[in-house]
Amino acid sequence: MITKEDVEHIGWLARIEISEQETVEYMEKLNSVLEYFGQLDELETEDVPPTYHVAEVFNVFREDVVEESLPQETVLANTENKQDGAFRSPKIG
Amino acid sequence: MVYENPDGIRIGLEIHVQLNKLKTKMFCGCSSDYHNSAPNTHTCPVCLGLPGALPVLNRKAVEAAIKVGLALEGEIAEETQFHRKNYFYPDLPKGFQVTQYDYPIVSKGKVVIEGEDGEHVVGITRAHMEEDPGKLVHIGSIEKSKGVLIDYNRSGMPLIETVTEPDMRSPKEARRFLDKFRNILEYLDVFDGNLEGAMRVDANVSVYWGTRVEIKNISSHKGVERALLYEIMRQKNVIRRGGKITQETRHFDEGRGVTLSMRTKEEAEDYRYFREPDLMPMRVSDWVPGIRETLPELPDAKRSRFIEQYGITDMHARSLTSKIMLADFYEGVCAKGADPKTAATWTADVFLGELNYRDLAISSYDGETIGFIHAKDPQVENSFKVSDMVELVKLFSEGKVSDRAAVEVIRSILDGTEEKTPLQIIEEKGLFKAEDDLVTKAVSETIAENAAAVQDYLGGAEKSLNFLVGQVMKKTKGTADAKTARELIIKELKG
Ligand SMILES: [Zn+2]
Repeated sequence: MITKEDVEHIGWLARIEISEQETVEYMEKLNSVLEYFGQLDELETEDVPPTYHVAEVFNVFREDVVEESLPQETVLANTENKQDGAFRSPKIG
Repeated sequence: MVYENPDGIRIGLEIHVQLNKLKTKMFCGCSSDYHNSAPNTHTCPVCLGLPGALPVLNRKAVEAAIKVGLALEGEIAEETQFHRKNYFYPDLPKGFQVTQYDYPIVSKGKVVIEGEDGEHVVGITRAHMEEDPGKLVHIGSIEKSKGVLIDYNRSGMPLIETVTEPDMRSPKEARRFLDKFRNILEYLDVFDGNLEGAMRVDANVSVYWGTRVEIKNISSHKGVERALLYEIMRQKNVIRRGGKITQETRHFDEGRGVTLSMRTKEEAEDYRYFREPDLMPMRVSDWVPGIRETLPELPDAKRSRFIEQYGITDMHARSLTSKIMLADFYEGVCAKGADPKTAATWTADVFLGELNYRDLAISSYDGETIGFIHAKDPQVENSFKVSDMVELVKLFSEGKVSDRAAVEVIRSILDGTEEKTPLQIIEEKGLFKAEDDLVTKAVSETIAENAAAVQDYLGGAEKSLNFLVGQVMKKTKGTADAKTARELIIKELKG
């Protein structure tokens, strides 16, 4: 069961502000999703290894060969927060 | 002798090492050669974390990780994979770091160090691959920071994080471990420790077998030793005053040499690890035999061989093999016919000592010339030739120069701006050992000219003998052998 505190914690982790009313709303929605997935608990999965990829693919690599990087102007083109070739962010922590 | 560890000190380390010998980053083809470049010039959609960009793993990074694992005598996983570690920080453009979680590529290794009571085994818990975040520069001081500037050139650089067991029992052992670990990585040719930010260390330490405290992000080996010394003293003081050690993370202020508590977050860390769906799992254990064959001779093996092959002391062998390039340089000198024992003394004791004194770090060796850079200012470069060492060892062995003059030659080459051979320097500075009759003459003159000192010496003042020897050295412009001069004076005065 997801509690109101869980929803607040998840909101904090995602840096999303959630109002009192939304907290209750999300709690109910998340619990109904979990309940739905809970049906899977009826299956016996003791000896079944978890599936993380539907394709049985292993070992996808690239060679250690240099490719061209983006020009600095392109990298910074979509931000107004820049200074001396760097991204600028507010003070943290 | 067994070290009792009276204060119950346990130290464990987490070491982040950049695989900076690779040409490209971990998951994209951006060049890893960014250290002297303008910010954000070595980036692409993958390492900038742009939506839709897909990472592809660098094969060489996996090979390097396996090499490291084998050199640490660890186990290489049958199947290994990546996870996402989720947190928000501006140096992490995606909002998560790609790392390994419960399936690290390496586990259960060990490193043997020279401990407080001889050989000491430090267990390696695990070693895993991950990507480096970008670099933050504070605008103004950290305390009064108005904001940060972010450079993503470092973002996505391949890292190996190695976690040790808390097996080290003193800051000295921690430093020895780091020296040995770095040495092994350089032997493997996966790592250049001279590059800025190449190795970063977190240390955890407890006293009286108690609660451990973590010290984050220390950037040098000396820094680790100092941080631990301070932290152990602090913990002992807290306990002496009846206080309790709380489990916490502290950071080391290099300038002041103290550890400071980091502001505790209002919420516990919660990284929500989950498997990285954009990267496929790896089954690479069949690479192991092939990679094992390519492993170079490692420091311990080289040390044993040096002792056997060159007949040198364990101390010299240890010192010469403490850096792969120095070991190669020494072997180059021996291969060109220098007497191995004399060459070991001049290379390990004098040459290395003069380098350390000047804060010079060995940075290259091409089979003939060994190069160094200043540890604090990489712009300052210098070099020394195999042929120079061979010539110097020969001149010394043949008794043509005194040991003082030979040291002088090494210093001249290290401090000089022009390229000169030892012979040229000896000729220019008149450093050839004085002929014996010249020394005898200087001794007679000295005795005649310094009656007072002679009387003092005959009266029992040993100090006066040193003065007289000094006068002889002065007369011969330092070319006399001090020991010979001393003996001659004593013979002259006491018969
Ligand atoms: Zn890139």
